[in-house]
Amino acid sequence: MERSSSSLWRKIRARYNLVGNVCENCSTAYFPPRIVCRKCGRKSKMEEKRFNGDGEIFSFTKIRVPPDTFKDEAPYFIGIIKLKEGPMVEGHIIDNGVEPEIGGKVRAQFRKMYVEGDEGLIYYHYKFEPL
Amino acid sequence: MAGIVGYGVHIPIYRIKVEDIAKVWSEDAESIKKGLNIREKSVPGKDEDAATIAVEAARRAIRHAGIDATELGALYAGSESHPYAVKPTATVVSAGIEAGNKLMVADLEFACKAGTAGMQMIMGLIDSGMIRYGMAIGTDTSQGRPGDALEYTASAGGAAFILGKDKNGIIANVVKTVSFTSDTPDFWRREGASFPSHGGRFTGEPGYFRHITGATKLLFEETGMKPSDFDYAVFHQPNGKFPKMVAAQLGFTEKQIERGLMTPIIGNTYSGSSLIGLAATLDVAKPGQKILVTSFGSGAGSDSFAIEVTDNIDSKRKNLEKVMDIVERHKTYIDYSAYLKNRGSIRKT
Repeated sequence: MERSSSSLWRKIRARYNLVGNVCENCSTAYFPPRIVCRKCGRKSKMEEKRFNGDGEIFSFTKIRVPPDTFKDEAPYFIGIIKLKEGPMVEGHIIDNGVEPEIGGKVRAQFRKMYVEGDEGLIYYHYKFEPL
Repeated sequence: MAGIVGYGVHIPIYRIKVEDIAKVWSEDAESIKKGLNIREKSVPGKDEDAATIAVEAARRAIRHAGIDATELGALYAGSESHPYAVKPTATVVSAGIEAGNKLMVADLEFACKAGTAGMQMIMGLIDSGMIRYGMAIGTDTSQGRPGDALEYTASAGGAAFILGKDKNGIIANVVKTVSFTSDTPDFWRREGASFPSHGGRFTGEPGYFRHITGATKLLFEETGMKPSDFDYAVFHQPNGKFPKMVAAQLGFTEKQIERGLMTPIIGNTYSGSSLIGLAATLDVAKPGQKILVTSFGSGAGSDSFAIEVTDNIDSKRKNLEKVMDIVERHKTYIDYSAYLKNRGSIRKT
């Protein structure tokens, strides 16, 4: 995780609400948002798009030896989620008692990702909840 | 007068039973369950706080109301467990629902009644014509000192209510609201303190009962209504016993309050408490039915509302996630050790 207010502030819309974009020239959706469409290059016509957070698990793994940032969270699942609108998104999978499985339906929820000690910022983020 | 156009609730999935807390402190679980009328309480996940609970409740409220979040002209978040001492919870919520930048936003604190105080403020803004829609939230991950009686009840949850004035969208009109307030030192938490302190038995008669009966009787005086005029009543629920007692004192029956009495199965969600009770009642209410709601916040004060359900309530339920469905969804019991870890009470240094 980054350690600056400005970096957090720039990513708030993406992290809170999965705001990415879509190339209106070829309908390819991107998350995180891209300045230029990979397929269309200079013909790109990028428009902001808020993905609704529904998707399915493309792949997942259980993290038992986490980075320091998430050392109190282990064990936890992370996964690659294929959003209903197309983009593949990496994200934490919430432990709600439903065992993650490939193809399992998920929905984005609003959660704390990281808390910077006793005096720093709180980083909120989407996480995916198995349905 | 402004009315309710939508609402949403969020309750974490984790629960701890009274037995698991009582075992740690060598207390008699059965007498506590009977004395407080509580079986279990909700516990926030490690990654949940008053802001995340508020955002989830607010998103459900937006879906239920069927409006765009950018139509909100004001958003107030009431809590006594705001994640930051300085930096609003309500700005996190407004970003979390993509409400844009053109709205009035502030955090409120009045112990357990900050959510209903927000509703009154929103009503004032709507009725004065300053805004079209506004959202009031009561949300908490409330604190109870380990070993204190509060530990059996202090839980986590929240509710968001959207108010407006468009007749076609209102599911319940607020017929009248009044407040009863005094400076009463029944319960407090100083800046930097991890847990609240309270006056023990003093919190009952001069705190809870005086203010709830004061506000409710004032509402009766100003409306000419009486207990039998209401189909349902919701009182603040610090435990499962007090609301039953105050209902009896005021002349309400157990049947009138049972639908909105949520504390026995989720605990006291503090700022969310009376609003979640109202939401659970609206989940089943029929057009034309009347609901009395009286909140209580230590310190102390009560807000009382006379609410009348409209014909729109049934048609708008297609986008509603009901309180009991949220309570039961993925419900997961944890033991006292996991409870302490979830609450961040285990210090490693």
